Amino acid sequence: MSTGSDFQAEGGHGAIPTEGVPAREPGHSAAREWPLWEVFVRGRRGLSHVHAGSLRAPDAAMALRNARDVYTRRQEGVSIWVVPAAVITASSPDEKDSFFDPAGDKVYRHPTFYEIPAEVQHL
Amino acid sequence: MSDVDATEAPAPQQEFDALIDADSRIEPRDWMPEAYRTTLVRQIAQHAHSEIIGMQPEGEWITRAPSLQRKAILMAKVQDEAGHGLYLYSAAETLGASRDELLHLLHAGKQKYSSIFNYPTLSWADVGAIGWLVDGAAITNQVPLCRCSYGPYARAMVRICKEESFHQRQGFEILHTLTGGTPEQKAMAQDALDRWWYPSLAMFGPPDSDSTHSEQSMRWGIKRFSNDELRQKFVDMTVPQAEVLGLRIPDPALRWDEDSGHYRFSEPDWEEFWAVVKGRGPCNEQRMTHRRRAHDEGAWVREAATAYAAKRAAAASQPTASVA
Repeated sequence: MSTGSDFQAEGGHGAIPTEGVPAREPGHSAAREWPLWEVFVRGRRGLSHVHAGSLRAPDAAMALRNARDVYTRRQEGVSIWVVPAAVITASSPDEKDSFFDPAGDKVYRHPTFYEIPAEVQHL
Repeated sequence: MSDVDATEAPAPQQEFDALIDADSRIEPRDWMPEAYRTTLVRQIAQHAHSEIIGMQPEGEWITRAPSLQRKAILMAKVQDEAGHGLYLYSAAETLGASRDELLHLLHAGKQKYSSIFNYPTLSWADVGAIGWLVDGAAITNQVPLCRCSYGPYARAMVRICKEESFHQRQGFEILHTLTGGTPEQKAMAQDALDRWWYPSLAMFGPPDSDSTHSEQSMRWGIKRFSNDELRQKFVDMTVPQAEVLGLRIPDPALRWDEDSGHYRFSEPDWEEFWAVVKGRGPCNEQRMTHRRRAHDEGAWVREAATAYAAKRAAAASQPTASVA
């Protein structure tokens, strides 16, 4: 019985069965689930808001409070944005595709493209 | 454009493989093999379940903590475990699962959580032992996951590992305080170590000789070290810490091996491990009953919040409605 083949120290707190364990529940309806919010945190003054993660909350006010408790328990932020995940428009289905190709052959946009005589200073 | 070679893997698979080979990261909207997605959803979900079930053994001691400060610390730690669960459910959701669905699988007993939380916390020293040993073992497991090939999981692990460090140190300090106390307090610390040592070793999973399942996860950059490698790393770190505490590791075969530069130690009782995994541990029933009850008793809160949000949204869409 106890072959270890279907066990491994998968997640953080140790060995968990994997074989025969479903990853998903086919047909499960999450219709009553709270909406998903993306959370952006400004770490300190002078920095931009950066994506920290997401959470579920019934409305914006609760999303903000939950975001404070989930993502800034150790003073990681001085300002939080929460945005409904459903309203975010993203660039493309993939993280990398032809959408970004136009920038690929325009190396002259970088200062290092230009050859300048070595004796020229402050340029 | 070159002709497509029929023998080659499809382009998305090639891109995926190239990212893995380059030790780069896979992001949510990238193409990925279904098996990779499934493996990750299950692993992240069960990791998340472990975090929230893990609130229970220690939560039982919040009302009995020996001082107000210890109580505040323990509440912060248990709150962290809830937070870790939330980071992880969020990471699983980026793969298309929903939190509600995953909780449903936990409550139905279809998905599992780490067996370590099926052991009881019999004394205050157990809170220390959990922080030091259980969270110590968790850190050993989790640090490599910070470099996991799946971006959202890796990023969640970075946050979690930072916070686990507090957990482990506060646990060690609890035991250090006890071992510096009365003979009874020191005995309490020793008793906790005696009970938690082997379950902690078992957290790394069965020996590599019994584990055939890891290869694919290794190939995918989800798992970085084998069960035995992680267990050895944990023992090598922990034995000297026990010496500082003045506690005895309950393993007569434990010895330093000069040649290998590692400690030699006894394996945990794998039969006991299997029994606990299969539901016959001391607290399996209690943990699941409590989890389901907490979820059911919270239903009215979730419904009320939903109703309130709907009412507010309706009011906002009818700004001209008269105010009573």
